[in-house]
Amino acid sequence: MSLRILVGCKRVIDYAVKIRVKPDKSGVITEGVKHSMNPFDEIAIEEAVRMKEKKIAKEIVAFSCGPTQCQETLRTALAMGADRGIHVEVSGPEYETLQPLHISKMLAKLAKDEQIDLIIVGKQAIDDDCNQTAQMTAALLDWPQATSASKIEAKDGSLQVVREIDGGLETIKVKLPSVVSADLRLNEPRYATLPNIMKAKKKPIKKLAPKDLGVDVSPRIQVVTVEEPPVRQAGAKVENVDAVIEKLKALGHA
Amino acid sequence: MSQHSRVMTLYKTLLHLGKEYPGGYPYFRNKLKNAFMKNSSLKDPKEIDSAIARGEFVIKELEALYMLRKYRALKKRYYED
Repeated sequence: MSLRILVGCKRVIDYAVKIRVKPDKSGVITEGVKHSMNPFDEIAIEEAVRMKEKKIAKEIVAFSCGPTQCQETLRTALAMGADRGIHVEVSGPEYETLQPLHISKMLAKLAKDEQIDLIIVGKQAIDDDCNQTAQMTAALLDWPQATSASKIEAKDGSLQVVREIDGGLETIKVKLPSVVSADLRLNEPRYATLPNIMKAKKKPIKKLAPKDLGVDVSPRIQVVTVEEPPVRQAGAKVENVDAVIEKLKALGHA
Repeated sequence: MSQHSRVMTLYKTLLHLGKEYPGGYPYFRNKLKNAFMKNSSLKDPKEIDSAIARGEFVIKELEALYMLRKYRALKKRYYED
């Protein structure tokens, strides 16, 4: 098999950063905050690279949509082993109201233009937690989908995918072309090493606008308010065992 | 690659990795510099080789540390067990 794989990689606020909400509650603070590739998308890229190393895939195309800095995210993907990148530039207010449906439309169009056999995306992004892109892309293309994959095996013309479902695993077989979304336990992504990042600068990144793909990104939603989660209430110390029991009784536990 | 350039590459790679160090980049950079300075008087090529090997081991350890840290953070956020 020699598949052409399209991988989606989103630029998100780094997982280790403490998120702060803007004072006017219109969103979260992104200026001057460290960003990196969505960890689930790293897993998706890694899976594609492993397929290429096993000679199942012949080309890996990394896709990212967002402001100019998304190119750094694409570089990371290229350093991990993708062959080329496609950057769809959307910035400012349009990016803030961009929805998974828009991304799905772009992925679907690119999949047709680039003769893609397999789309792998992270199951969700750690910023908006949508978990919709893979499903909607599959629907738009009318391709089978295997979401939350924790193991992928390619068998002539189809994939056998183990999915993580509530309280267990499900094994399904999907015909190619198909859309797969990566779960946390699919693999351990490699680290983009310094020499590979340097080499990745030579790999091509194609820059497109949403209208090149025929996608209208004008806002469909309006952000009403973004709130911080409630602050956890402080605990209290008690003097002795009797006091603990008394407190528990007061709370209705005993 | 000559031994000297291997040492330089090792230093650069470690500096690059240090940018993500949980204890902060300045702390890591200091530690790294001290570790390299401590071995700067080595003359025996064999000893230098073993010092490089130790450095390469540290690279692997750091990569594993970052990977685990990210995995654990995500597991805590999104999975109950």
